[in-house]
Amino acid sequence: MKRIFAREEYCLGCRLCEIHCLVKHSKSKRIIKAFRREQDTAAPACRVEESGRVSFALQCRHCEDARCIEACITGAMHRDPTTGAVICDTERCVGCWSCIMVCPAGAVERGRSRQVASKCDLCMGEDTPVCVMHCPNEALVYEER
Amino acid sequence: MTPETTKAAYVRRGEKDMSGCAIVGVMSEAGRRFPGDIAIRAIGAMHERSNGLGGGFAAYGIYPDRSDQYAFHIMFDHPGAEEATRAYVERHCVIVQDEAIPTRALEVIGPRPILQRYFIDLRPKARERYYGLTEEDIVVRIVMHINCEIEGAFVLSSGKNMGVFKGVGYPEDIGRFFRLDEYEAYSWLAHGRFPTNTTGWWGGAHPFGLLDWAVVHNGEVSSYGINRRYLENYGYHCALHTDTEVIAYLFDLLMRQQSLPLEIAAMAMAAPFWSRIERMGEEARELARTVRIVCGGALLNGPFSIVVGHRGGMIGLNDRTKLRPMVVARHDDLFFIASEEAAVRTVCPTPDHVWHAEGGVPIVGALKEQAVA
Amino acid sequence: MRKWLTQPDFIVERDVARCIGCRVCVRQCANAVHSYDDEDGTILSESDACVGCHRCATLCPTGAIAVKRAPLEFRDNANWTARAIRNVYKQAEGGGVLLAAMGNDQPFPIYWDRMLLNAAQVTNPSIDPLREPMELTTHLGRTPDRVEIEPRPGGGVRLKTRLGPQLKLDIPVMFSAMSYGSISLNASIALARAARAAGTYANTGEGGLHRSIHPYADNMIVQVASGRFGVDADYLNRGAAVEIKIGQGAKPGIGGHLPGEKVDAEVSLTRMIPEGTDALSPAPHHDIYSIEDLKQLVFAIKESTRYEKPVFVKIAAVHNVAAIASGCVHAGADGVVIDGFRGGTGAAPQAIRDHVGIPIELALAAVDTRLREEGIRNHASIIVAGGFRSSADIVKAVAIGADAVYVATAALVAMGCHLCQKCHTGRCNWGIATQDPVLTKRLNPDVAIRRLTNLLRGWSHEIKEMLGGMGINAIESLRGNREHLRGLGLTSGELQALGIKHAGVGA
Repeated sequence: MKRIFAREEYCLGCRLCEIHCLVKHSKSKRIIKAFRREQDTAAPACRVEESGRVSFALQCRHCEDARCIEACITGAMHRDPTTGAVICDTERCVGCWSCIMVCPAGAVERGRSRQVASKCDLCMGEDTPVCVMHCPNEALVYEER
Repeated sequence: MTPETTKAAYVRRGEKDMSGCAIVGVMSEAGRRFPGDIAIRAIGAMHERSNGLGGGFAAYGIYPDRSDQYAFHIMFDHPGAEEATRAYVERHCVIVQDEAIPTRALEVIGPRPILQRYFIDLRPKARERYYGLTEEDIVVRIVMHINCEIEGAFVLSSGKNMGVFKGVGYPEDIGRFFRLDEYEAYSWLAHGRFPTNTTGWWGGAHPFGLLDWAVVHNGEVSSYGINRRYLENYGYHCALHTDTEVIAYLFDLLMRQQSLPLEIAAMAMAAPFWSRIERMGEEARELARTVRIVCGGALLNGPFSIVVGHRGGMIGLNDRTKLRPMVVARHDDLFFIASEEAAVRTVCPTPDHVWHAEGGVPIVGALKEQAVA
Repeated sequence: MRKWLTQPDFIVERDVARCIGCRVCVRQCANAVHSYDDEDGTILSESDACVGCHRCATLCPTGAIAVKRAPLEFRDNANWTARAIRNVYKQAEGGGVLLAAMGNDQPFPIYWDRMLLNAAQVTNPSIDPLREPMELTTHLGRTPDRVEIEPRPGGGVRLKTRLGPQLKLDIPVMFSAMSYGSISLNASIALARAARAAGTYANTGEGGLHRSIHPYADNMIVQVASGRFGVDADYLNRGAAVEIKIGQGAKPGIGGHLPGEKVDAEVSLTRMIPEGTDALSPAPHHDIYSIEDLKQLVFAIKESTRYEKPVFVKIAAVHNVAAIASGCVHAGADGVVIDGFRGGTGAAPQAIRDHVGIPIELALAAVDTRLREEGIRNHASIIVAGGFRSSADIVKAVAIGADAVYVATAALVAMGCHLCQKCHTGRCNWGIATQDPVLTKRLNPDVAIRRLTNLLRGWSHEIKEMLGGMGINAIESLRGNREHLRGLGLTSGELQALGIKHAGVGA
């Protein structure tokens, strides 16, 4: 399956990936409104890690051997049968945070508005995830490897 | 002559000549001489392709008794030009014979220039003065001087045993005007002109002649500007602003001065595309590549079909994408090149072979060896 | 001394109704124009340091930033312009030479914009390049006066002429000299790889050939300049051609200076100079004080490369350019590169950049005419540089007589340069003219190559369309074919210098 890969040698640390991820997962989908009114509810599932000169954007790796799926006590965390992406069904999630504890990448976070896990869904329904699409330096690529 | 039809007016305008045209070449490869009415009838069949502003002929083998002398056909706007030219020519040459070119009074032919022909030999002194030049190089210089420097004079042709006859009018009328039915030649070129400007100067008609070369041409050379500058590199001065002139000089440069065989000269003027060169065998590829790189300024671009006459025969050449018509035919010893098949069939109803010339591939009509004594 | 008279060139305006406080601008400005105030939770923009490079505005996701010319106006004065006054302030404060970068930005006539191209109508069919062959293939190098053939032993003839080394270009456009050091390694790699992809060449400048560019060396012209940085036998032999740089259009008569701060370990290795030292290129080559010395260098290089590489000589367009170019050809140059006064630079004294040299249009016309008059035009190719912006400029240059055109500024712009003219500061926000690792990674070569090759592909299509329109299907039939150019609004002196007729004058 296609995954998002970071090319840290070209990451500017501008964080446009985070910004557009947040907008994509906001209710309004409009950047100014999302930042003004939905800061409490919308959260980016993509985070730029930075240390000195090095930076890169990190999202869920959609592991083949996903520990979060194994650890999930309700079956909310599951693999989408068509895309292969690891997805959290927020209707079934009870907020036990087992997934957060086992994730080796630290890519699952607590949701801001509800007590449910929040993570990258590869922008379900889009050809290219918005973080990749909006990276000005193509430091994020979406490809099979 | 009216003021607007003089050489001076033509030179003053300094405009490049553009025209659509009809062309014909017909020769006996056996060297059999035949009268000019075949050429007149063939070009007359394409009357619609010209507009009465220019017609002309070149004939090879017409002066067998004077075949050792250069035959200069010269036109003059006024007697002063004739005197100046004669004085200049006599400095370098001996004029063996000097006469008016015979003409026939025709109502359809308007004001005419003075038309003279001279049979000349170079003086030994001239050879000495132009040390290192061949006799033909010297003749080229003389022609260039007359055309560029002497007001009112223009050399129509300067070869041996050949001549150019041309003027303002439909070609079939020009042919009758010059009484070409009374000449016998083994090779004839004819041209009917459709200029897009109204230049009515006799020298501007085709064929264009230099030494033995005579060129008739249908088309427009869009590379004219660089062809002309390329030729200037080698000492040619294009006084006439015509495509035909540069074509004649290119043939002279490549084939006479640089002694390149016809196929290679044709390769320079109608070069194969790079994509084709890349598919050639190694030796052919290197040859074509070298010719294109070295002779880039000789590439004739734009639509054209040309027939080039010389003492050994004639060459037809189409631009490399074949944007102008050219039909070739053979019948017994006769060889034809024409803009339209109709021209051939008018004088030769059932030729043995008729075909269309390929773009960029030279078509050659050649006198069989020893055909003309 | 406090710089109390100097006012900012630009003013940065933030539309608070659009700003979402994402701080992309803060993170992107290397000149620290934008800053985030932790206490107030607001973003401040202080215009003083703004160079007008538009990095912040381009990356701002809401389009909340506008960079405007500073509204502080002086009283109108045609002689004492704001620029003239500000320059005096700066020098009164600093006492030094005013530095500038990129090309001459003064409103001198641009002759490309005063020349118009021809097209075929009726008497001559135009050609559709989408349906008919259209050839832009160009060869650069010395050619003989004629093709010679000889009889083949078994009959027929064969080629006797052996052509000297030639560069084959798929499009008559090359990337001009930009050294690694003046631009980043990513930018250098992008130019080299784009040249390879587009079937043309890039030029090392005086920056040496970094090992990561060795795989593309077949598409590199290696430069030998007065500092001889990075030059050894291996360097000369790796390149496709060698260019001796005598002068540069942006600063004729002036040497080069790469400050020591830019000479990091990699630049030091590539240029073969100690790390952290200034790389000073003298104004002249100190082994070339006359034309005969140039000939010795040309042939020293030809000997070192076994006569397998064309050797070009690059000169700035100066008043006597035609005679100098002729001298270069007589000295053995296989190509003469003429760099006009609008050519760019990483750093030059502003006074020189803006006031020395002549326009490339006039220099090209003079050189082409002169070489033809001397009958040596075919002995060397003419390559021109200096501010070419578009395919139309290129076509016009070819019509005047150029074999090929060098572009540098256009290539930088394709990679993101906004012509802020601050290359000499080393703080290029676009990651091009800098060695700061935080900034250089902003230029992803994969992106830059795609943009460069797109530009050349677009130009190639346009050149073909223009050629076809003129009824020409091979570029050599346009080269030096000034019949296809007409001047508009030019004096007879200018028309004569350009060797063209005025519009409205027929063929």
